[in-house]
Amino acid sequence: MSSGVDEAAIGRVFRAESGRSVAALIRLFGQIDLAEDAVQDAFTQALRRWPATGLPPNPGGWITTTARRYAIDRLRRDGRGRELLAEIVTVDRQDEEVTSVPDDRLRLIFTCCHPALAPEAQVALTVRLLGGLGTADVAAAFLVAETTMAQRLVRAKRKIKLARIPYRVPAATELPARLHAVLTVLYLIYNAGADDLRAEAIRLAGVVAALLPDEPEATGLRALLVLTESRHRARTTADGALVLLRDQDRSRWDHALVAEGHDLVRACLRRDQPGPFQLQAAINAVHADAPTFAATDWRQILALYDQLLIVAPTPVVALNRAIAVGEVHGARPALDLVDELDLSEYHAFHATRADLLRRLGRHAEAAEEYGIAAALAPGPAERAYLTDQARSS
Amino acid sequence: MAQYLLSLHTAADGGTGTSAPSEPMTPERQRRMAAMEEEMKETGAWLFSGRLTDTDVATVVRPAAGGPFTTDGPFVESKEHLAGFYIVEADDLDGALGWATRTVEILGMPIEVRPFLATA
Repeated sequence: MSSGVDEAAIGRVFRAESGRSVAALIRLFGQIDLAEDAVQDAFTQALRRWPATGLPPNPGGWITTTARRYAIDRLRRDGRGRELLAEIVTVDRQDEEVTSVPDDRLRLIFTCCHPALAPEAQVALTVRLLGGLGTADVAAAFLVAETTMAQRLVRAKRKIKLARIPYRVPAATELPARLHAVLTVLYLIYNAGADDLRAEAIRLAGVVAALLPDEPEATGLRALLVLTESRHRARTTADGALVLLRDQDRSRWDHALVAEGHDLVRACLRRDQPGPFQLQAAINAVHADAPTFAATDWRQILALYDQLLIVAPTPVVALNRAIAVGEVHGARPALDLVDELDLSEYHAFHATRADLLRRLGRHAEAAEEYGIAAALAPGPAERAYLTDQARSS
Repeated sequence: MAQYLLSLHTAADGGTGTSAPSEPMTPERQRRMAAMEEEMKETGAWLFSGRLTDTDVATVVRPAAGGPFTTDGPFVESKEHLAGFYIVEADDLDGALGWATRTVEILGMPIEVRPFLATA
């Protein structure tokens, strides 16, 4: 008999619900490994049952309740676990359907993104614990060996336990800085590029924004990711070649995502507490507004970059601002700004210089710069594009 | 509750290294450190603390085939060395990092925070 619930459907439930269940079980039992194993057990059980029975009315609640039972079974099997269990069960006995507190996932994401953990560990833990991705998937997405990723995760979880990294939303005084770290991790997860990770980063940005409604930067990140995602289809050709913003077929943009991004940016503007993610989202919203590249409101974009450079004075922001200067005031002043930057290891620095040199008619220098950019490019699509430009300059 | 070692590190040349205090121990810094230590004690965080002499006074005892032997000098010649430490009690890492952050703000030298597991 078939209920229409196949492995893929259960996989989708797992992605959407496992973070919530893991976070709830960490709250109940205080052990990350136990929580992960028990939630895994519950999904194994779901894979056996749901194809015959159909989805339960509240799949996430079923998973959490079942996982809690498995966790208790696991604890009963070892002596120290039995002591811990005595405390937990007295607290929690009546509560047959284990509810997850909305804050659980927020606590967990602050644990995963604690500054005492290395950045690559923060990213890996967040994807693994909140996104429910398997170690092999996480490793593949970040282009490291599965054993390396497994060690990274084990080491990070050991540090959380031994150093007692708290499972808590930070106090108000620390919140802005710690939230920025969380949002940066989500941004890195998005930029890892795999379909799963992009979707996961957008989803988690939405979770954080919903749980911290007074923090417009969280909404700003969600807006930035949604607007970036809206162009995803148009960013590569059918054979995988890179298409720059100026050359994209704008009818291939996802206009539902553009509309969602615009709504989020407007919500941020109403708050009037601009931060780096909100400003980047606003810049993307201006791009999304333009029916053609030529119709882009570059003055507005330059004004936003001026603000962004104040709150995030980094060379990369200065480089992007210089590109806007190039569109508003011409290639010459833009090149002067670019030449002041110390970004010689960054492919986009050379690609920007190359483009400006070409616009100034300095073709030989442009070709050389495109060559350097191609050599530094992080991926094959960008490398191919830049190599092509070097030849045609 | 958990215990943490907050170890303060300084540069051996006493000034030019990036980890050295940007200025010598001024009366103002001493006053702020004393006030912080007082607060550590009042809140029950303080367990033990101390300062170390310069490393040129250090002596090392090493294992060897013929039995342990003694030599002059610090354990490892390095630009940074342990200058002092606190052992504090805190609910979790954030509590210990809070004290470390305040000490860094006053002294301008880096601090390593590690869980301390008492053995006796």
